[in-house]
Amino acid sequence: MNENVKIGLEIHVQLNKLKSKMFCGCSTDYHDAPPNTHVCPVCLGLPGSLPTINKKAVEYALKVALALNCEVETRTHFYRKNYFYPDLPKNFQISQYDFPIGSNGYVEIEGDNGAKVVRIKRVHMEEDPGRLVHIGTIDRSRYTLVDYNRSGMALLEIVTEPDMGSPKEARSFLAKLRSILEYLDVFDGDKEGAMRIDANISIEGNERAEVKNISSHKGVEKALQYEIIRQRNILRRGGRIVRETRHFDEERNITISMRLKEEEEDYRYFPEPDLPPFSVVDWVPVIRETIPELPDEKRDRFISQYGISEALAKALTSDHKIADLFEDVASEFEPKLVAGWVADVLKGELNYRGLSLDVFPPSYMKEILKMLVSDEITDRGAVIVIRKVLDEGLTPQEVIEREGLRKAGESELETVVRDVLKNNTKAVEDYRAGKKEALNFLVGQVIRNTKGRADPKLARKMIEEMIENLA
Amino acid sequence: MSVITKDVLEHLLWLSKLSVSEEEKERILTQLNSVLEYFSILDELEIEDVEPMYHVAGLVNVFREDEVEPSLSQEEVLKNAPKTENGFIKTPRMM
Repeated sequence: MNENVKIGLEIHVQLNKLKSKMFCGCSTDYHDAPPNTHVCPVCLGLPGSLPTINKKAVEYALKVALALNCEVETRTHFYRKNYFYPDLPKNFQISQYDFPIGSNGYVEIEGDNGAKVVRIKRVHMEEDPGRLVHIGTIDRSRYTLVDYNRSGMALLEIVTEPDMGSPKEARSFLAKLRSILEYLDVFDGDKEGAMRIDANISIEGNERAEVKNISSHKGVEKALQYEIIRQRNILRRGGRIVRETRHFDEERNITISMRLKEEEEDYRYFPEPDLPPFSVVDWVPVIRETIPELPDEKRDRFISQYGISEALAKALTSDHKIADLFEDVASEFEPKLVAGWVADVLKGELNYRGLSLDVFPPSYMKEILKMLVSDEITDRGAVIVIRKVLDEGLTPQEVIEREGLRKAGESELETVVRDVLKNNTKAVEDYRAGKKEALNFLVGQVIRNTKGRADPKLARKMIEEMIENLA
Repeated sequence: MSVITKDVLEHLLWLSKLSVSEEEKERILTQLNSVLEYFSILDELEIEDVEPMYHVAGLVNVFREDEVEPSLSQEEVLKNAPKTENGFIKTPRMM
């Protein structure tokens, strides 16, 4: 079956690089704090308290809107979105409605068939609700616990048009968005709950289902894959897709029907009387100046400036910290060599461990490359150094000393080669008889006996010479 | 002319999570409709050339700087909550 799948995303992004919340002075640094310790009368919605807009939050929102190529609204204001649910104790959420701060933008992503444009419908500001902890699973809990530390965090809602055609494209969009937000220095995606995603999905010509509150990019891909199968099965049996909200169960990788969605008019939006309107279109030129080189521009510059492949340039620029490390190290070493080690090895090892680059300063990469270039360690040794640094928090020098990774010198190698030849006479004879594979075996033995410290090229040369001389 | 029918009232009560008796419903229905009828006088005004007003104070661009101020203590925060558990506020099951 090859019908068209249409996916649109609604992404909630915490502006968690701010020091204080959206409408009050409570600290945003609550992640390791006990529940209900980062709240005040404003974010608890106590009677008589008055919110005030965090200026920097508006600057950040504007920065994001511009980076996503949006038009900026000349005059805008906040609304009250009314709903009765304990995640917001006021019974309304301060949000935007008409006149979102940004609209009609776009982002270029890597689609299933090459570059693809995903249109951004709107970017608006709102406050984050508190966190609900369901005791037991969501459909079977006995009671709910509420922590308001998150309540009132500055949040952006970014809404796309249904321009993605597969779960993979949705994931590609999210990776690109995260990358842009981190380049802008308004967002730290490593913090828990920093990005939460609602995904709309339909099979062309049918109603859509909305899967709410998915917390990871991988989760989005899995939830959407599940939804496509579920919806196709219904259609195959001659059924009809109902428009509804579904919840993604990350443990079971399935979606569960939640409730019939409230209609927009049920939210009874009205202008927030406690917050005056604002007009920030004058800030645009100044904010535009603060937007750094973004991932795509950096990728193109890396290709032309350092002569590296597009694939390597992409890998290096998807995370601005990786890109910065690369440029720092490439100022002292051959850029192509650096690109390979950073993009292929270091980034791979970091991803594998789920670590961020903070644990690996540029000086480490320089030390390792210096020893590699001057032939003091082997490629394999360098990989071991990187792994042990990440696993055990040692410095490269400590790893090299402890693991004995310094390359075997010529005299040491000579002794090892002599031993190997003596103990493998069968292979030596095979080689003399013209069996080339026997040489590979002997080189392998030398590398094994030096625990990987032998330079394979040098070992090969020595073996050839020694067999020649013995003859 | 009734704008608010019984169905609309039931829906509003559901949205507000309120339950009221049948007699109260009758009383509220009459009151809501008479309030709305009173406001319908406004429909007679010619407002085509009038800019909508979203805010009464006439203020614009009132901001605070991004500075941290002290929060309440957990003890104070939980004081008004009918039920708590390990620093959380405890509510009936929600989904």
